Order: sequence, then structure tokens, then C-alpha cells
Amino acid sequence: MNVINIRNISKTYVMGTEEVHALHDVTIQIDRGEYVAIMGPSGSGKSTLMNILGCLDTPSTGLYEFNGVNVSEMNDNELAKIRNKEIGFVFQTFNLIPRSDALHNVELPLIYGGVNSHERKRLAAESLQHVSLGDRMHHRPNELSGGQRQRVAIARALVTKPSIILADEPTGNLDTKTGDEIMLLLEELHHNGNTIILVTHEEYIAEHANRIIRLRDGKVEKDEIVAKKIVPSVA
Amino acid sequence: MGMRVTDFVYELKEGLIISFQAIRANKMRSVLTTLGIVIGIVSVTLMGTAIEGLSRGFNDSISKIGADVLYVQKWPWFGGDEWWKYRNRKEVKYTQYKAVERQATLIKGASPACWTMAPVKYKDRSSDGVATIGSNEEYLVTSGVMMEVGRFFSQAESDGGRPVCVLGTEVADNLFPNETPVGKSIKIGTSTFRVVGVIEKQGSLLGLESLDNRIVIPIEAFFQRFGSNRGIQIAVKAADIKNLDDTKEELRGIMRKARHVPPKTEDDFAINQQEMFVQTFNAIGSVVAGIGLFITALSLFVGAIGIMNIMFVSVTERTKEIGIRKAIGAKRSTVLLQFLVESAALSLIGGLIGIIISYPLSLLLNQILPTSMPLSVVAIAILISIIVGVVSGFLPANRASKLDPVEALRYE
Repeated sequence: MNVINIRNISKTYVMGTEEVHALHDVTIQIDRGEYVAIMGPSGSGKSTLMNILGCLDTPSTGLYEFNGVNVSEMNDNELAKIRNKEIGFVFQTFNLIPRSDALHNVELPLIYGGVNSHERKRLAAESLQHVSLGDRMHHRPNELSGGQRQRVAIARALVTKPSIILADEPTGNLDTKTGDEIMLLLEELHHNGNTIILVTHEEYIAEHANRIIRLRDGKVEKDEIVAKKIVPSVA
Repeated sequence: MGMRVTDFVYELKEGLIISFQAIRANKMRSVLTTLGIVIGIVSVTLMGTAIEGLSRGFNDSISKIGADVLYVQKWPWFGGDEWWKYRNRKEVKYTQYKAVERQATLIKGASPACWTMAPVKYKDRSSDGVATIGSNEEYLVTSGVMMEVGRFFSQAESDGGRPVCVLGTEVADNLFPNETPVGKSIKIGTSTFRVVGVIEKQGSLLGLESLDNRIVIPIEAFFQRFGSNRGIQIAVKAADIKNLDDTKEELRGIMRKARHVPPKTEDDFAINQQEMFVQTFNAIGSVVAGIGLFITALSLFVGAIGIMNIMFVSVTERTKEIGIRKAIGAKRSTVLLQFLVESAALSLIGGLIGIIISYPLSLLLNQILPTSMPLSVVAIAILISIIVGVVSGFLPANRASKLDPVEALRYE
């Protein structure tokens, strides 16, 4: 079943007097359990597509169905709810709350989801253990390394058991070794059945995915299944 | 879909956590911001305390004066700025008291009173600032006092001008720290008086004039020792407080006749009553409240602007954080609540500082007025500071809640 069904969506911005077509007639379907990379040079519309996929923004025209529900005409509150329950964001700059410790950062989506305190703590701790940060729960972001911060962000994305994990250049601020560790973690999540959408402009990062969608000038240039790779062994 | 109560509680709790983290991170800025609130709350609590003190003081004093007692005097109690009109009036004289005593029908009792400040001695002990009052046995009726020990002097002693006296507790304590005063002889000025009783403790009038530092002697004896050509006041207790106005009218008639006031001219005496105290209290109370409210409103307004300003700064500084929170599911209402809680918390801190500052000041105020900071005033101060915080935080919080998540996330 499609988790994401995008049909003929366009996004137009008005910049001063000029109209900018960030996306033009884009159609994409993504199934549950897929690992998809969205690629393209800057200005190709991949950020706009990611914002729409992540329900941070709505398309100007066209249809966006998420798990069979039309989200293209939802209001702010309904979108917030979808983001909270169904989407796990992993950002290039980690985007953790600086004054809160790792545990509280991971708890945050559950607070907004109305989960009680006891359950929240249990789920957040479990999620942090999953990314091997069980011993760093009470560290604040500035007391963690870049790789650890990104793993906290992944734990936060996972904690609500979302339908998709949306990773926007997740290795962009990391050195190669740490970046590889994060990519390994994403592959493991995929292996465990998570749907992952990866936005990147690096070819070798995109190669971790099973399918690569290439964007150019706001249009889908190419949508291809890549050869199955050997899945790394899971600890 | 309505918001569940538990959701609200979780978000409120989260809002509180964030607020205290944010305020702790900017301690200096936060405290300076609340200065206006601090001043506002100090002013509102002190005003409340002062009004409480004034009203308590006046109420005590009023109950001492007695609601059903009229005082015939040369001067009105609260003549305002027309003092020159009263200055040339003739004194109220003892003969006029006699007229009242004989003619009045609507009274329970009437007593004359005249004062002097004379040195008072017993053996080698003396008491300072004692008011010696010349009156008669009716004093008991008009003043409503009770005897602590001994008795009041009798009508026979009064009419005969006997050298007997009744002491207030303060005088008794000063002259007789270790012995019983009744039966002892004391010196008032150069004359000797025998103590027959001590009046129960009365306290003070408005916290100023002690009612216990007094000696009452028969008025005839007073005239013999201190001279008879002096003004007096007449205290009249109405037979029935419901007929107070009639009693007053009757009294006026008697006094006008006794003082030969021609018809259609103004009274050349005043009939004072407790009601005047009430009026004056209300006037003083509203002046205090007016000044207090003005200072309070002004400083709270300044405080509110300060908080609004700092909250706008805070929202701008934390644009990215707002974006993150929205990305992971914070609704508009969540963000709105978060910043409202923060500005309310900021203002509340100011309020609490204000209360802490006010407390020692209220103890100082207690030196002048019988008062202590009432709990209701503390509760009102807390409520006011929270309300000011919520109101002044609304615009910044609203701006924060309406931020576009995409834009906010891009903000560096």
C-alpha cells in the first residue's frame, strides 16, 4: 500500500513581482517499507518537495495523500498532528532543543502527542537505547558529539513510531566516518521495516537507498530502482 | 476535535519547564524586565496594607467614640479650611451643660468634660503627658467605659467637688507598678486627690492619642483647682440610636437658646458625631487608593511594556526552536500557550519579588498604622502579576504561534 501518493503537485511562490515555480507537476508514489533517496542540485525543488512530504507546507495545486488521507487541504492544526504522529524528521543541523537534555528532547513529540509522563520516559529511554545512547540520556546537546546529536535526533524521530522517517542531508554536518555510522543506522531502521525518505545531493549517500528520485528544475527527471545491496548485519 | 484536558496539562507543564529554563538562561535580563512589575506590586500591596490599616484604625477609634454619642463643642471635628470662622466663637460653658442636662428629654445621659495637662505624682514617681479631665458621674454612661478595680466617683462626690479621682490604666501602671492604687493619694499639680478606681484599658484613638493616659476628677473640683472660666465639651448619649437625628435637633434647640443665638443665623457651636469620622476616613481612604492606583497602574503599564518587549526579543531569538517544535508536532495553540506561560512566569517572578520587598515595608507601616499585610492583598498581587504577564505576552506569543514552520526552521 502507498504510504505517500503525490499526484500532479505544483508549488508556486511569489517573489516580489515574479512567480517562481519550485515544483511543477510532480507525481510520486512511495510504498511502505521503501528506502527512497531524493536527489537534485540546489534549486531543483528538493527542499520544497521535502517540506510538502513532511507536511510542513502544502502544495499550490495537486493532490497529496498520506496513508490514504488527503493532506493537501489540511489546516495548520491537522498538519501538526500528522507531523507529530506520522513523520519523524532528521535534519542536517540536528535541530535539538539546546537547553533540554537528550531524554527530554526525545520525549518532546510524545508531550505534544499527549502521552503520559511515565510512558513517555519509558519510550524515550527505549528509543535512546536503540541508538546506543542509553548512557547519555541526561546530557545536553552541547555535551554531545555531532554523531551523538544526530543519533538523539534519530531517536526523537523514531519515538512516535512514525509512518515515514524524513532525513534531510543527515550527514551534511558530520565527518565521513560519523556520517557512515549514521547511514548504517538508517539502513538498520530500514531493515527493521521503517519507510525512509532521504534528501541529499551526494551521490554516495543516495546509493544507500533502494530507489533514487532525481529532480531538476522542479520536475522529476528520473525515478529508478537501484540494485539491491547487501544489507549490513544487525546487532 | 477538541483538545483533551490531559494534552493541555502536558503542554502547560512543558511550557513551565521551558519558561524556567529560558528565564534561568537570561537571569539578569529577566529580573531587569520585571522591574516595572516589581514597583507596581510593591505599590499595590502597600496601598492595600495602608488602606487595611486605616480602616482598622478608624474602626477601632469609632467603636471607642460610640455611634450614639453626640459631642457639643466649639470646633467641628473636620472643619476643613474654614477654621477662621470658628476661632472667634464663644466657648461652650458649664452653664450650657446644665441647660442640656435639665431640658433634654431624648437622652440617656450627658456629661461635661474639660481638660488640662498637669504634672501627676505619687511619692517619688510621676507620669508624663497625663490629661486630667474634669467631668461628672455621667462620664461612665457617655464614654461607655468599665471599671477595672474600685469604682467611679459618685454623684455626691461630683456635686461636692470632692478630691477624688479615677485613673486610666497607663497612669495607674506608671504610678503604682507594685501596689494597688485604690485608696492612695496622688498629686495633680499641687492638689491632692484620692484614687477610688481604675478604668479598664481603652487603647488609643487612631493609634495616636492614648485613652489610658488619663485621670478623671469631679468637674467642680477641676474648676476649683484649675479655674472655672474655661470652655468645655458636652458628651450626650442618645436614648435610642434610631432617634439620633431627633436627639441632635433637640440638643441644637437647647444650645441655641442657652447661647442666645438669634433666629435665622448659623449655629455658633458644633455637634460632632462618629459619622464625621466615617466621612473623613472615606475621604482619606480614597486619596490613598487614588494615589496608590495611579502609581500601580503606571508602573504595571511600564512593566507590561517591558515584558512585551522582552518577549518579542525572546520569540525572535528562538525562532529556530519554534520551527523545531512545530516540525515535531507543536500546534499553534501549543506555541501560544508556551509563550503565554513564559511571560506570565516572568511577570509572576516580578510580583513575588515585589511581595518580598513589600513585606518589610509593611512592617514599617505597622509603626504608624495598626496593620499587617493581609493575605487577600498578597493573593490579589499574585493574580495581578499573572494577568499582566498573560496580557503583555499575548502579542509576542501570537506572533510566535503564527510563524511558518518552514521559514522558522530556516532561521539562523
